[in-house]
Amino acid sequence: MIQEVVSVGLPVDERWKIIKNRFEPEEGAHSGMKRICVITGTHGDELEGQYVCYELARRINAHPELLHGIVDIYPALNPLGIDSITRSVPMFDLDMNRIFPGTNTGATTEYVAAQIMQDMASADMTIDIHASNIFLRETPQVRVNELSADVLLPYAKLLNTDFVWVHSSATVLEATLAYSLNVTGVPCLVAEMGVGMRITKDYGIQLVDGIFRIMCEMGIWSGEAPAVREPIVSRDRHVSFINAEASGIFIPAIEHWTHVNEGDHIGDIVYPATGEILHNVKAEVSGRVFTLREYPVVYSGSLIARILDDEYEEDIENE
Amino acid sequence: MNKETLFELPSPYRDPLNITGYRFGRGEKSVCIVGAMRGNEIQQLYICSQLVHTLERFEKRGLLVKGNEILVVPSVNHYSMNIGKRFWAMDNSDINRMYPGYDHGETTQRIAAGIFEKVQGYRYGIQFPSFYMRGDFIPHVRMMDTGFQSTSLANLFGLPYALIRKPRPYDTGTLNYNWQIWDTNAFSVYTKETDHIDEESARIAIVSVLRFLSRMGILKYHCHSGYIASIIQEDELRSVQSPCGGIFMRIKHPGDEVSYGDELAQIIHPLEGYVINRVYAPCDGIVFFSHSAPLINEQTTAFRIIRRLHG
Repeated sequence: MIQEVVSVGLPVDERWKIIKNRFEPEEGAHSGMKRICVITGTHGDELEGQYVCYELARRINAHPELLHGIVDIYPALNPLGIDSITRSVPMFDLDMNRIFPGTNTGATTEYVAAQIMQDMASADMTIDIHASNIFLRETPQVRVNELSADVLLPYAKLLNTDFVWVHSSATVLEATLAYSLNVTGVPCLVAEMGVGMRITKDYGIQLVDGIFRIMCEMGIWSGEAPAVREPIVSRDRHVSFINAEASGIFIPAIEHWTHVNEGDHIGDIVYPATGEILHNVKAEVSGRVFTLREYPVVYSGSLIARILDDEYEEDIENE
Repeated sequence: MNKETLFELPSPYRDPLNITGYRFGRGEKSVCIVGAMRGNEIQQLYICSQLVHTLERFEKRGLLVKGNEILVVPSVNHYSMNIGKRFWAMDNSDINRMYPGYDHGETTQRIAAGIFEKVQGYRYGIQFPSFYMRGDFIPHVRMMDTGFQSTSLANLFGLPYALIRKPRPYDTGTLNYNWQIWDTNAFSVYTKETDHIDEESARIAIVSVLRFLSRMGILKYHCHSGYIASIIQEDELRSVQSPCGGIFMRIKHPGDEVSYGDELAQIIHPLEGYVINRVYAPCDGIVFFSHSAPLINEQTTAFRIIRRLHG
């Protein structure tokens, strides 16, 4: 059942509506029933979650008799951005994922954020799906703030991603939806995968399997629990960043999610007018490339790749 | 006056981004002034350019007190200004959310790091920013409540109000916040406009900075002594939210005194022309901020009012 989460008037003959689709068991909902929220579209240029929402809804519709809890699908927290290929909320300066928990006495987007928080307040689990941006391709991964790691890691490992990144706490991240939900006691997993403005169907199916696995564990779904892959779990210190040291056009020499050795060739930043190589980009550590530059134009400083250091296994065993 | 390139960033096909600084005087790093960090901060660029012009004349006339160095950086992000964008032209990130920066990080982190290295270590830092909500303010000086701020210094600008803002998470990447954390007394001076030049409020801002420099013994400058500022906490301002979307017809402006029940604005139906809603003052006070665009959303801040306390 499609429901309005929040609706505010725009200047001319239009309302900004955020919707959710609520799925309840055939026998009806009752108090104490578990509730999971699947959320996407905070950034208007991240579309990978659209396929996840579609596939999740399709599978539930195919077997409503297997549903024993509440599933809320929020397909577009930023509908104005999605419909206009805009990452942020059009006409609003701040990133929507930097204004939570929102307020009723600020800009419209802050009011909307506050209403979203209120709507999710009683959930037992929330999954916020992101898709990198147009610049980078990401391996399916869950990102967990170290402050919430104890609660979230058991669920993060069930989400069928290749990688779980336990990252350090940063003040600016305190204004994300995930952080704001977690501090109020509503568990929130952040899934990142694929690339902006595109849908990678295989990644979507992979994540939907993981969502059903979590729903099985929570008693929301009684179908066969999908088998999930064992993710690599790593901390910040095992992640190596490679940034451009020249401005030009990046030509990759490897595929995404490739294993590289220290010194291996990752790609070149070139100047097309002269045929000159401005920066021969090499791996500084041995490991797996889980983030790779997708958009070719780079400035000095643009992120080219992130590598998960091979050393991660040793450290995890020691923790 | 010494003109120098503080930071240079090459581009694939455009001219390099050169961030220029103007140094006046020699000696202790006394004050640093930073202007436009976003591509639409035209008023802020104009104010800084006028300060450079004024300080150059003052220096020639020997009006700078010896032993002080002043650095002015009029523009950080003219790359975006030149192509009509507000944020960084490539990835839409905001340089004024990247401080103190990271010299091995992403492009805007590197720009912030390059600038911060040059602008830190000064006794006083003054910036001309714009607010994330579009609208007009009473000219005022603003400080972050970091625990290191000195409100008595803010008074020396001679502006009518000094506002103290409790930082939100997204404020921690601003220049003002990081200046204060790194031992510079930081002030943000807000004027009326951003995308356009308002000469009257620009002149108020320029004079307020010259007055501050004079009172701190950096400049020999004689001017009207200005106001004794009222110190206000941002969360004490009374917000008035728009009850609906439509065409916004402002009746009251920043600086206007209002009484409870006064009509502040009308919202007109955008297709049929009648008044859908009227916005009324919820208290006695003075308008501090008002929405200024001709269109308005529902549930956005249309006004902020300094409440008058009755004795």
